[in-house]
Amino acid sequence: MNSIYRRRVLVNRVSLVLAFAAMAVGMVFLLWILSVLVFRGIGGINMAVFTEMTPSPTGAGGLANAIFGSLMMVGFATFIATPIGILAGIYLAEFGNRGWVGPTTRFINDILLSAPSIIIGLFIYAVYVAQVRHFSAWAGTMSLSLLAIPVVVRTTENMLRLVPASLREAATALGAPQWKVILSVALRAVGGGVLTGVLLAVARISGETAPLLFTALNNQFWSADMNAPMANLPVVIFQFAMSPFENWQSLAWAGALLITIFVLTLNILARTLFVPRTS
Amino acid sequence: MNAVLRPAASPASTNVKISVKNLQFFYGSFQSLKNINLEIPERRITAFIGPSGCGKSTLLRTFNRMYDLYPGQRADGEILLNGKNILEKDQDVNLLRAKVGMVFQKPTPFPMSIYDNIAFGVKLYERLSASEMDDRVEWALKKAAIWDEVKDKLKQSGLSLSGGQQQRLCIARAVAVRPEVVLLDEPTSALDPISTAKIEELVHELKEDYTIAMVTHNMQQAARVSDFTAYMYLGELVEYGVTSELFIKPQRKETEDYITGRFG
Repeated sequence: MNSIYRRRVLVNRVSLVLAFAAMAVGMVFLLWILSVLVFRGIGGINMAVFTEMTPSPTGAGGLANAIFGSLMMVGFATFIATPIGILAGIYLAEFGNRGWVGPTTRFINDILLSAPSIIIGLFIYAVYVAQVRHFSAWAGTMSLSLLAIPVVVRTTENMLRLVPASLREAATALGAPQWKVILSVALRAVGGGVLTGVLLAVARISGETAPLLFTALNNQFWSADMNAPMANLPVVIFQFAMSPFENWQSLAWAGALLITIFVLTLNILARTLFVPRTS
Repeated sequence: MNAVLRPAASPASTNVKISVKNLQFFYGSFQSLKNINLEIPERRITAFIGPSGCGKSTLLRTFNRMYDLYPGQRADGEILLNGKNILEKDQDVNLLRAKVGMVFQKPTPFPMSIYDNIAFGVKLYERLSASEMDDRVEWALKKAAIWDEVKDKLKQSGLSLSGGQQQRLCIARAVAVRPEVVLLDEPTSALDPISTAKIEELVHELKEDYTIAMVTHNMQQAARVSDFTAYMYLGELVEYGVTSELFIKPQRKETEDYITGRFG
């Protein structure tokens, strides 16, 4: 064995070990978090969690109002963010290369994408909550949709850019107008990828606490009024986990586990069902 | 350069379908076509040959104004289709492209069923009943000699077909809108010899109904398939004539060097 080759084998082994170690560090923490969550949370999960309201510090209860509130706000936010995000993504990918509007929009979107969510919460607090003088589920919905929009914009644009020029040309060559080329051919070719972006946006906003703290706040009781404060899982977890009461702490763990399972399921769905198809 | 190059000894019965006059083409400030003049006869196959970068694909893409998609590309001069200049501003490019179909180097089936691939273009300009559409799809697939292979799986994705089948699907898709001209941009360069033979045979049959302009890297293909051949080099049209004559006794030294392989 000559020395050059021996050195290469050695470098290869060292790199492999380092890469494996890096992977192990990440995995250890992830599995640690997951196992603590499951271990502490699973005991708290029972039917009452889904059917009863958040209890007083001494009583028994569940998270029904918080689960409902989270579903409402995340649902409405997704409903608002999806069309806006997809349309803006189409604009950036298909029309946003000339002039200054497109690049500027892309730049601002990238900033929003990494903006701390507490700032979004404060913003809605200042422009909406402080004006109408009460916390409300609509305010929560607004801040969540502001967080979801940049994610959807980004993935939609990225996905559309994967569509080969030849496919666009082929549709154009048949005499199809540009909107038809985009909607029927380009968007269709990467529809799965765009849906993945929406799912990832939902996953991102369903665990957000800070923007809801300033907007939807919380509610101890069942409320379906979007103009009133509404309970939601992240804020309930935040409040209950910091409390000294054992029944609250146990519910906080159960809520945390619920959110984690929800987000995990969304991620798995996004990665398996809607694998981007491009060819 | 010469004035309008007409294929020598073109049959008197052949009408001119496309007439190119003083065509210049620019990619930004780079001029890639220089003063092209030629006439493409109706219901014949005209092949464009020449080394890479000679401008033959660029020329083809002016016939349906595909270059319009890209800012910075522009054409000057005249291209008359049925006597009307298609380079004029008032020309609706979508209507033009419905009349001048195109098939590309790589097969480009749309991400939809085989049936919908064909129906897509038809629906853009015609309102057909379901049964009329069925008939049209069948007609187009038969024209492209692929009907027998796909008739039992029309609902399957166009992407599930082999490369050669995909390319014939694309030809069927172009034919389905009943264009007057079909442009073929190296339609067989990504295909195996058997698929290539099928496509060549198909192109030969299509000239009964359509005017065909074809870019090819393959000189044997041009010789086998086409009625007229144009040899281009560095953005200029060097020689244009009846295929058999151009390959047997080219008028110009450059053409002879290229077709005999003594190029460069």
